[in-house]
Amino acid sequence: MTGQRTIGVTVNGTRHERAVEPRLLLSDFLRHDLGLTGTHVGCEHGVCGACTVLLDGEAVRSCLVFAVQADGRAVDTVEGLAVSGVLHPLQQAFHQAHALQCGFCTPGILMTLVPFLREHPHAGEREIREALSGNLCRCTGYANIVAAVERLVQGAGELGSWGAGELEGQGADAPRGAAT
Amino acid sequence: MSAGRYVGQRVLRLEDAKLLTGRALFVDDVQLPGMLHVAFLRSDEAHATLRGIDASAARARPGVVAVYTAPDLGDYWRPGPLLVPPPPIPGLVFNTATQVPLARDKVRHCGEPLAMVVAESRYLAEDALEDIVVDLDPLPAVTGLEAALATGAPLVHEQFGSNLAAQVRQATGDYAAARAAAHRIIARRFHYDRGASAAIENRGVVAQWDERVDELTVWDTTQAPIPIRNGLAAMLGLRESQVRVIAPFIGGGFGPKIMMFYPEEVLLPWAAIRLGRPLKWIEDRRESFYATTQERGQIHDAELAVAKDGKILGVRDVFLHDTGAYDPYGLTVPINSQCTLLGPYVVPSYESEFTAVFTNKPIVTPVRGAGRQHGVFVMERLLDFAARELDLDRVEIRRRNYIPPDTFPYDHRILFQDFRPLIYDSGDYPAALEKAAEMIGYERFVREEQPRQRRAGRHVGLGIVSYIEGTGIGPYEGARVTVEPSGSVRLATGVGTQGQGHFTTFAQVVAEVLGVDVERVQVSTGDTREFGWGTGTFASRGAVVAGSACHAAAVKVREKIVTLAAEELECAPGDLELVCGRVRVKGSPEHGLSLGELAVKANPLRGAVTPGTEPGLEATAYFGPDRGNAASGVHAMIVEVDPETAQVEIKRYVVVHDCGTVINPMVVEAQVQGGVAHGIGNAFYEQLIFDESGQLMNASFMDYLLPTALDVPTVELAHIETPSPLNPLGTKGVGEAGAIPTGAAFAQAVEDALSGTGVEITEIPLSPGRLFELMAGSQGAGEPGSQGAGDSRSRRDGA
Repeated sequence: MTGQRTIGVTVNGTRHERAVEPRLLLSDFLRHDLGLTGTHVGCEHGVCGACTVLLDGEAVRSCLVFAVQADGRAVDTVEGLAVSGVLHPLQQAFHQAHALQCGFCTPGILMTLVPFLREHPHAGEREIREALSGNLCRCTGYANIVAAVERLVQGAGELGSWGAGELEGQGADAPRGAAT
Repeated sequence: MSAGRYVGQRVLRLEDAKLLTGRALFVDDVQLPGMLHVAFLRSDEAHATLRGIDASAARARPGVVAVYTAPDLGDYWRPGPLLVPPPPIPGLVFNTATQVPLARDKVRHCGEPLAMVVAESRYLAEDALEDIVVDLDPLPAVTGLEAALATGAPLVHEQFGSNLAAQVRQATGDYAAARAAAHRIIARRFHYDRGASAAIENRGVVAQWDERVDELTVWDTTQAPIPIRNGLAAMLGLRESQVRVIAPFIGGGFGPKIMMFYPEEVLLPWAAIRLGRPLKWIEDRRESFYATTQERGQIHDAELAVAKDGKILGVRDVFLHDTGAYDPYGLTVPINSQCTLLGPYVVPSYESEFTAVFTNKPIVTPVRGAGRQHGVFVMERLLDFAARELDLDRVEIRRRNYIPPDTFPYDHRILFQDFRPLIYDSGDYPAALEKAAEMIGYERFVREEQPRQRRAGRHVGLGIVSYIEGTGIGPYEGARVTVEPSGSVRLATGVGTQGQGHFTTFAQVVAEVLGVDVERVQVSTGDTREFGWGTGTFASRGAVVAGSACHAAAVKVREKIVTLAAEELECAPGDLELVCGRVRVKGSPEHGLSLGELAVKANPLRGAVTPGTEPGLEATAYFGPDRGNAASGVHAMIVEVDPETAQVEIKRYVVVHDCGTVINPMVVEAQVQGGVAHGIGNAFYEQLIFDESGQLMNASFMDYLLPTALDVPTVELAHIETPSPLNPLGTKGVGEAGAIPTGAAFAQAVEDALSGTGVEITEIPLSPGRLFELMAGSQGAGEPGSQGAGDSRSRRDGA
């Protein structure tokens, strides 16, 4: 139970090596061991989605993953979305559409939407709502979140292929901000 | 205040960037060197005698630093304060029983804390909970409201001899005469049951004692940092200046975070001082379902005396209110129910009496709406039933009973929760109704659409209801505005913020007055070191009361700017204008000074000033309204009910609302949308289900369902603005509005969709299961309280 294992995890392009207890949750590893507190914890039973991060590019609930399961893999968190102080187009769309209020659920929603939009760059309202349905938000009533994503989808041409390479298949040495 | 460069504009939020990039500080993000972690052992019995606690094994566990039980607290153990004393209503009965830090002799609800473990990590603290041996002797529990008042019922608090927490009667006019004169008496029993506030951020406290400066710092997910500071200082024997409470970014409040003092808020600072190390406790979701306060259990027996033409002659309402195991928040919730029932209507006679009841369930304090839902539900349903019996149109019966727009201020002649008379300041209820009816296409729907759909076998229905929200109550808030030498403006206020956009809306108010770019106004809120006077964020009062204080402080600073600039520029104060961060001579824009330059001049290092001169361009101001103001609105929705599954889909949702002058329409609309989502949850998805032993049966997000993006439609919204004469901005509150009439609108719409089947809805929340029972019952069964086949959500409190 309390034995430690050494793991190596690449988070937002930076490799971290730490000795952790096997029972340590990935969410706690990110927040407490690495100090990446942008990932929030809302329910610790995998329902609210606030703790969503990308594990090898796919959205996972970091409260349902042990840190040791991320050994040798790449994790992306909300802290990695903006590059050199420039908001990611999705973050920008959230700002423009007033898609957040208290902002506590927002990191998980952003990290859910990044891979979703990569796979559904032309998603319609119904698809967007289904994609969001695993993330609980108590403040917004979701409408402006949907509107933010619609705004982004409809403006995708102007924004370029922002979703295409973003956060995708980043190995340990891939530089941040390699998106096209 | 009329629309200007900033006020009334859709200014994008200044706080977003931090929140979007994960840089915003929430309580759980506070990490301090040497920090220890706390976990609480909580009662798994709802009602039991506490014989003893053996924590020796937990204390011996490696990594455990301390374990505290009630006896360890010594003189520090004492019941919490009564937050809101009862208003001065003649004949009022009120029995006070407030929560304790750790249970000592007895537990009164599941989740009541028994012991506090402090350990090197949260994981170790939770391990140690398992080592603690508790000797609890279960007692019969009381959960139902009527059962609680029955002779021989188990007593939550023995000292009162019954479970009666309060009894309050308010009346106006002669209801007996109204009843005698009535064409019809519409009488029904209504149920409204409990839900959770369910902020996505659970509660948390971090406490740090710095012995180098003898100061306590507490990070707290509270909506009321200043009262927390004041109370902690008193309890711990410290000066208020030795205690700093910070409510940083808060992940949603919705009411329960205004409650104080939660046991954890009392215990962590105390233990941090004792141990000399910082402590952190973060509630987990399961704890939140027991340990964070809840709301909404009431049973109303109400009747409406109505004339043949649909005019209200009077209302009589007798109701039970569930206050849970303790009543630290006084009577705010049931008094809101009592007052809000009157709504936007002329009610010539009113008799209302409620009995608040102790039960072995978690404590009840305001949750978004704070009792107003119940009043709206009862009144709107009574009008619906009256319209049906009188063969009147639903919209028409409301139209006939509205307080006319030319009769403000309108006095309902009873006392509101702020201890002031329930006098409405302004409004235009008929205009809101007509607008909403037009937007939802009421006439066309009832004449064409609904019959057409019904012929096609589809059950669609429409709900349209009115509400009043008493908002913006006192006592007061304050603000300090400072122009810095850089030209940026610092604004500090005491209310906490939980996502409402205060960093932007308050900045808009100040930027408007001072003629600076809104981005140059930096807002600090929720840090007692920045601002130490105020009460908190509740009752939809932030924009009204704190916003008005920001305005008042900005106006004072503007006067200082103009006075000093007139001297510097050798002109009359009246010749000056404030534009783009400069004060300049009207018509001669090159003659001016930047506010930064003027701030430097206002703070000389040498020389002399006129005696009495205050340095700097800074002012502090306070605002307290004479009484609360009356926001209002109409909600309309169209639903479709699947008669096979009893699933309900909301097809359209229209809100016409009036919160007076709108500071930022984008923020207001989003508040309404979010409130509607909360209301939809209350109406159809969310219900806390307790069994007869007081166990909560659905204490997880797997079992307690919050509405998702698939359940909440995008609201179509229109504003009506009747400015409040009670504050300089003309604003009224809006934070709770969206959640208040949703249940009433939903019930009417579903009933309308099922018209002809005999289904009558007198309860909220519904669920597909409960609605299915009602639909089956209309052909033979189904009282509230019956357990439906295969539906774990069906239930009924107390009946």
